[in-house]
Amino acid sequence: MAWTEKILRVNLTKGTCESEPLNMDWAAKYLGQRGLATKYLVEEIDPKVDPLSPDNKLIFATGPLTGTCASTSARYSVITKGALTGAIACSNSGGYFGAELKMAGWDMIIFEGKSSSPVYLSIVNDVAELRSAEHLWGRSVWEVEPALKAESGDPQTRVCSIGVAGETGVLFACIVNDLHRAAGRSGVGTVMGSKNLKAIAVRGTLGVTVKDPKAFMEATAAGKKVLADNAVTGEGLPAFGTQILMNIINESGALPSKNSSDVQFDGATKIGAEGMAEIRASDGKANLVTKQACFGCTIACGRISQIDKDHFTVVNKPEYWGASGGLEYEAAWALGAATQIDDIECLTYVNFLCNEQGYDPISFGSTVAAAMEMFEDGDLTAKDTGGIELKFGSAEALTQIAELTGKNEGFGAEIGLGSKRLCEKYGRPELSMTSKGQEFPAYDPRAIQGMGLGYATSNRGGCHLRGYTVASEILGIPEKTDPLETEGKAGLVKAFQDATAAVDSSGLCLFTTFAWSLDDIAPQVDAACDGDWTPERLAETGERIWNMERQFNLAAGFTGKDDTLPQRLLKEAAKTGPAEGKIAGLDVMLPEYYELRGWTADGIPSNQTLERLGV
Amino acid sequence: MNLKIKLYASLTPYLPKGTPKNEAEIEIPKGATVQSVLDGFNMPEGLYKLVLVNGVFITPEDRASRIFVENDVFAVWPPVAGG
Repeated sequence: MAWTEKILRVNLTKGTCESEPLNMDWAAKYLGQRGLATKYLVEEIDPKVDPLSPDNKLIFATGPLTGTCASTSARYSVITKGALTGAIACSNSGGYFGAELKMAGWDMIIFEGKSSSPVYLSIVNDVAELRSAEHLWGRSVWEVEPALKAESGDPQTRVCSIGVAGETGVLFACIVNDLHRAAGRSGVGTVMGSKNLKAIAVRGTLGVTVKDPKAFMEATAAGKKVLADNAVTGEGLPAFGTQILMNIINESGALPSKNSSDVQFDGATKIGAEGMAEIRASDGKANLVTKQACFGCTIACGRISQIDKDHFTVVNKPEYWGASGGLEYEAAWALGAATQIDDIECLTYVNFLCNEQGYDPISFGSTVAAAMEMFEDGDLTAKDTGGIELKFGSAEALTQIAELTGKNEGFGAEIGLGSKRLCEKYGRPELSMTSKGQEFPAYDPRAIQGMGLGYATSNRGGCHLRGYTVASEILGIPEKTDPLETEGKAGLVKAFQDATAAVDSSGLCLFTTFAWSLDDIAPQVDAACDGDWTPERLAETGERIWNMERQFNLAAGFTGKDDTLPQRLLKEAAKTGPAEGKIAGLDVMLPEYYELRGWTADGIPSNQTLERLGV
Repeated sequence: MNLKIKLYASLTPYLPKGTPKNEAEIEIPKGATVQSVLDGFNMPEGLYKLVLVNGVFITPEDRASRIFVENDVFAVWPPVAGG
């Protein structure tokens, strides 16, 4: 079957690595990756633990389909109590690292304790050991990966690591694998840094076995055909990437701009897919070089970019002249639209820095936008920023701040607190565009009502990847709903959240769901794993996971009052576009959502709900 | 009457020749509907999906009855996604 049935438990305090059997009763209830690792976490840590204390744990988890021949089987997740939020954190990444970990024979790695000095974990199949990382501490992601490949003597070794941001406590630090794929959100890299754990280097040659190979081949081939025949996954995403959204969302009046003061940005066309493909007058080349796929993926949405060598950000910096991970939509929005900067070369450079030093461009860009508003309002001065004129639209300011944030120095250390703490510190908490302490992504809840409910109720804080109702509300997938309407959105959000939790626990990429439903995924899981995995069972598994995460957050100290949005979105109407005059209708949607979830009016899962789901 | 049109992604070849980027102004007869303008592009069936007028999605059922008025902005995309 597709679980390896092995966990690697690494005690960083003691310096030990031990193999233990996977709890198969839990696997039957929580599937893998997000669900199964969260089950381990909630059973093993005190929900009130300080995220940066040795008592927090950090779990790297694959899904049962990770590393198989199923399309998009690259995924792994990092589960912990989030440094940025204090809520449950589950951050998902693609690339090649996750599949390599699975093929080394491990369903997950549980890190506990804290090393007394910097270390990295080396895994070659079933041999795992902690090694000194003193020589890697203070070095970037881009330096660590080649160094560890060289040390392993095997160029096919896969590496994930933190950069200096994670080492030095930037609260939205990422864990980056394969140079530019990241477990990006909630500060999972900060937790890794707090444990003095710099990196994991893994090489796996054991392969992955499945329950019924013939049925699995048939099911995965059928799934690939659906992806190939679908206009979005077969043509749209590979050709244009996620950045095609920039003009769609802007045209729909749903592009948060100027720290969500506006819902449209005049510079959108310059920073989206069209801007990336445009031939530069300066050197006759486009920003976009090519596309890239993760392990096993038949979609290939990833973008690879190259910056104009004469652009002010990279003059005399040849280390940034090569092709590397390009802008995705959420990053381009946060670095550009939120800050009113329409210089795509600058945004690409800052995105490179995020990958190089390991910090989340969404949280970073949103926090800079809040700081820009405070600067223009006089709450922050040039004295506070170290002389940086932090004005909306300033590519120079964004560049300076990004360079400082990557090293957690100067005013970059203030930005590294994240938007919520920064705005509170300077007396303007209302300017933080966050929920449960995490910065929102690129969709304005006044113009896409379901996303407002999704942000407010997301278990990991403001996020689009817990329930991407944009698919329905804007893109018409699987069917079109009115983005300005609140009616029906509670059920839509719940359905997306539950299905997403199941997909995130399988080892597959969420982007398959632009073409696949659980009806397409269930046969693949069923052929790979013991037990009868139906679409209904997957949906129930997702609902169980959602409620388990909710219970953790409630035990950590969150309440229904945290299921909210900033006052700006609840009281200040959108100024332009289809949503002109509208606010986020959270008060209408939230009670219905609680009811559909089987929660009390205060947002607490009822005993009946918990018993039904077996949480 | 003039209409501002925006065609994106794989639809850009259907813009008037010489259009530098994604936007153009075209002349349409008074009373032209969303569907009649779409038909005028001669796109293969299924090539377009997101059909917005002033940012508002026009359902397939409403396209034949939605008549353009002055200052409307018409934007069309093929089936795409992101996130």
